[in-house]
Amino acid sequence: MTAITATPRPEGGSAALFKHARYVVAENPVTGFAFALFVLIVLAAVIGPSIVPYDPLASDTAQALKPPSAHHWFGTDQLGRDVFSRVVVATRLDFFIAVASVALVFLMGGLAGVAAGFFGGWTDRIVGRIADTIMAFPLFVLAMGIVAALGNTVQNIVLATAIVNFPLYARIARAEANIRREAGFVEAARLSGNSDWRILAFQILPNVFPLLVVQMSLTMGYAILNAAGLSFIGLGVRPPTPEWGIMVAEGAAFMVSGEWWNAFFPGAALMIAVFCFNLLGDGLRDMVDPRRRT
Amino acid sequence: MLTMILKRAAMAIPSLIGVVIVTFLLTRALPGDPAAYFAGPAATPQAIQEVRVKLGLDKPLIAQFGSYVIDLAHGNFGTSLTTGQPVLTELRNRLPASAELTLLGLLVSIVIAVPLGIFAATRPNSLVDHACRLVATLGVSLPVFFTGLILIYVFYYLLGWAPAPLGRLDVFFDPPPQVTGFYLIDSVIAGQPATFLASLKQLVLPALTLGIFSLAPIARMTRASMLAVLSSDFVRTARASGLAPYTVVVTYAFRNAMLPVITTLGMVFSFLLGANVLVEKVFAWPGIGSYAVEALLASDFAPVQGFVLTMAVMYVALNLLIDVLYGLIDPRVRLEA
Amino acid sequence: MKAASALSVEGLSVEFRTRSGIVRALDNVSFAVEKGETIALVGESGSGKSVTAYAVMGILDPAGKVTAGRATLDGLDLLAATQSQLADVRGRKIAMIFQNPRTALNPIRTVGRQIADVLIRHGNVSRHDAPEKAIDMLRAVGITDPSRRAGAYPFEMSGGMCQRVMIAIALAAKPTLLIADEPTTGLDVTTQAVIMDLVNDLAREMGMGTIFITHDLALAGQRSSRIVVMHAGHVVENAPTAELFAHPRHPYTAELIAATPDSAANLDELASIPGSLPDLRRTDLPPCRYSERCPRKIDACVQPLPHPAPNAVHFVACWNPLPAGTVSVPTESAA
Repeated sequence: MTAITATPRPEGGSAALFKHARYVVAENPVTGFAFALFVLIVLAAVIGPSIVPYDPLASDTAQALKPPSAHHWFGTDQLGRDVFSRVVVATRLDFFIAVASVALVFLMGGLAGVAAGFFGGWTDRIVGRIADTIMAFPLFVLAMGIVAALGNTVQNIVLATAIVNFPLYARIARAEANIRREAGFVEAARLSGNSDWRILAFQILPNVFPLLVVQMSLTMGYAILNAAGLSFIGLGVRPPTPEWGIMVAEGAAFMVSGEWWNAFFPGAALMIAVFCFNLLGDGLRDMVDPRRRT
Repeated sequence: MLTMILKRAAMAIPSLIGVVIVTFLLTRALPGDPAAYFAGPAATPQAIQEVRVKLGLDKPLIAQFGSYVIDLAHGNFGTSLTTGQPVLTELRNRLPASAELTLLGLLVSIVIAVPLGIFAATRPNSLVDHACRLVATLGVSLPVFFTGLILIYVFYYLLGWAPAPLGRLDVFFDPPPQVTGFYLIDSVIAGQPATFLASLKQLVLPALTLGIFSLAPIARMTRASMLAVLSSDFVRTARASGLAPYTVVVTYAFRNAMLPVITTLGMVFSFLLGANVLVEKVFAWPGIGSYAVEALLASDFAPVQGFVLTMAVMYVALNLLIDVLYGLIDPRVRLEA
Repeated sequence: MKAASALSVEGLSVEFRTRSGIVRALDNVSFAVEKGETIALVGESGSGKSVTAYAVMGILDPAGKVTAGRATLDGLDLLAATQSQLADVRGRKIAMIFQNPRTALNPIRTVGRQIADVLIRHGNVSRHDAPEKAIDMLRAVGITDPSRRAGAYPFEMSGGMCQRVMIAIALAAKPTLLIADEPTTGLDVTTQAVIMDLVNDLAREMGMGTIFITHDLALAGQRSSRIVVMHAGHVVENAPTAELFAHPRHPYTAELIAATPDSAANLDELASIPGSLPDLRRTDLPPCRYSERCPRKIDACVQPLPHPAPNAVHFVACWNPLPAGTVSVPTESAA
């Protein structure tokens, strides 16, 4: 029987987990830094819109394209809107897209993968076929196709991102479910009369979660880049909604003629957010399964 | 050897079938009336009805799929509303531009990432190693269009070293006579050094943008793979046999280390083909990516579908090529009975 | 007249840097191998036998460091040599074969080419002649149909054949000294005997010295003329084989012999060695690392151990050794 090389769960529940987390953060200050940044982003997303100095939608053409100054920390765009306010407000939308995409792909991919690993047979084959078909496309191109076909809405962006990441989650979940299929606690649950679906949802999926949580952090970064990329080519959020990608698109033309702040700050925000999620993902990986450190 | 290639090709067929099915579904998934989308925003109800009949949208789904496949087999990808040209023709005309850019970007990426990865592996935990890791993580975090814009700002606007990002050639130059469609190659064949230089100058920034974007996974994988191989038993034997350091690192270690990197190339191509679209927009590059984007903005859907299908087919073909390349290097894959 | 030493190791000490501290893997290890002589380095896992070989060859793990000692081969101190000097000497004068022959060969290069690589590098053979000579080597190590096998890859061969290939690679440039690190572990018993015969025969033909590293004392007894017993990074005894088995002087050696099954022994007569290896990360290690588990420990045992005398035939690192000429029976209490 395959040894369960599962992720070792720290004993003692959440108190021990917290202690372990503190240890990892102390070992690796970069993870601590990423975590602090993450908190900052969440704060910006939650309270940002209430504390920004200017209305992100208020245009003032007299003030158009002013470079960064004391009044406008990030300068103004071509319609005189304050770039700083727009960048902060956009955090909420981009963060929401990231979280929603990740939640959706965890449910879709996680459940499908776990079912495929647990039941095997036709379920496994169908899920495998779907995953293979998705992976036959260059991922961004597929996202483009989906959003083009279904329409430019935030929901469709989230859906497209989830679909495109589905194969990865399904594969990880399936592998874990396969290992645990014959595990003792599953047999025990069966014997006490639990139906297969209950076992899947309440026994196996929660065990798969720690492994997937690392991937989820990385996917959050990818989701933001994806949404930004789609917005950049006009397939994403529509103006005047502030979103980092579309702000870069609008500012691109001005970059060439020297008004760099328009596109730079939203782009930098994008980079910082994605960088933060990637570092967090690495740190989480160290916490959850240090053997996989690259 | 041939059997291996044929076997791999056969495994690619289900993928192709899946791709065709998905693109078919996408054409039918348009919100509202697909016929209206294909007829265009300015179409009259009559025109829409004509389009509907022409596209067979009034027939049952299976029949539609059948005629879709037949059309594809005949090279009929539909017609562009904005240009009136068949989509396949335009795709074929514009493909070399994208291919030249992507291949050059990949080359730049490999030329930087592989030595960086090897260097980092031979000096673990050194400054170079940490720098390599940092560069890799940053590269993955930067949106590719942002990198392109920053490069334009620095090298064109501030320093004036690079030409204006206005496409493949400056207006003063004519493209070389078409042989491959790659300006770099064609200008050499036609003996036009000035054109060659001009094309190269236009290519530098966009290729660099793509290169920076795909650096990260290649560098990371090279480093990890070299680290693993350098501490392997057979490298220890090679050292113990007193083979020259070059032989040990290159002939023994590197060739083995490259195997996982080649496998990674599949994923890298997925990123590159997607990033291509964005880079073409930033640099006004007349490739298939910008073709699709322009069509999108005009609500012209046939080119977009043709584009998605073409990209997917190319990607399947590229993966097949990578598999074959891997088999050429690793005899264990080639010789499995 | 004593034959010139092929390899002379003096006072070799090696440390490893690990996360949990510094491991003093070897301490003051000394022994010599004469030309054409086969000696065995014997000890439990963790006794430092492989580390000694790796240190001499200069292929220690990066975390390891030679802190003292000399290893003189043909006048060159291997431990003080530069990388290019080492690369020159390895394969040509001193060679090594390892356990797990399958993983020790390059998986994507034909065995013929791997042998040819060494021939070209050290054997004064041209690129043109190397493939032919490689086939000759394969024949010399007893591989049937060598011209076909030369084009084979390691994964297409059995463990025994891979070990033969490794021997071919090691001996291609006719070195004067061969180190064989547990070459038969992982092979079945018949193949073990065949491989050891091959090594012995080739060594005799080529007048090559051999250091045979093993944890199997019985095997060492059959194959070598002199045995060096190691324990926890120390050489504890060094004697000709017959003498060692007849009159072991170090308590550890006696226990080892008692614990070694031979055809006459009964399973219940098998003794085990009391205690376990000391933790080599300790900073308070006693000078004799066996003293804490030794039944013959006396007050004098806190002193640093004696050094081998230059002409000693039978060296023992012990202040209270078994009397010379004692029968090899395990001592139950201090005699």
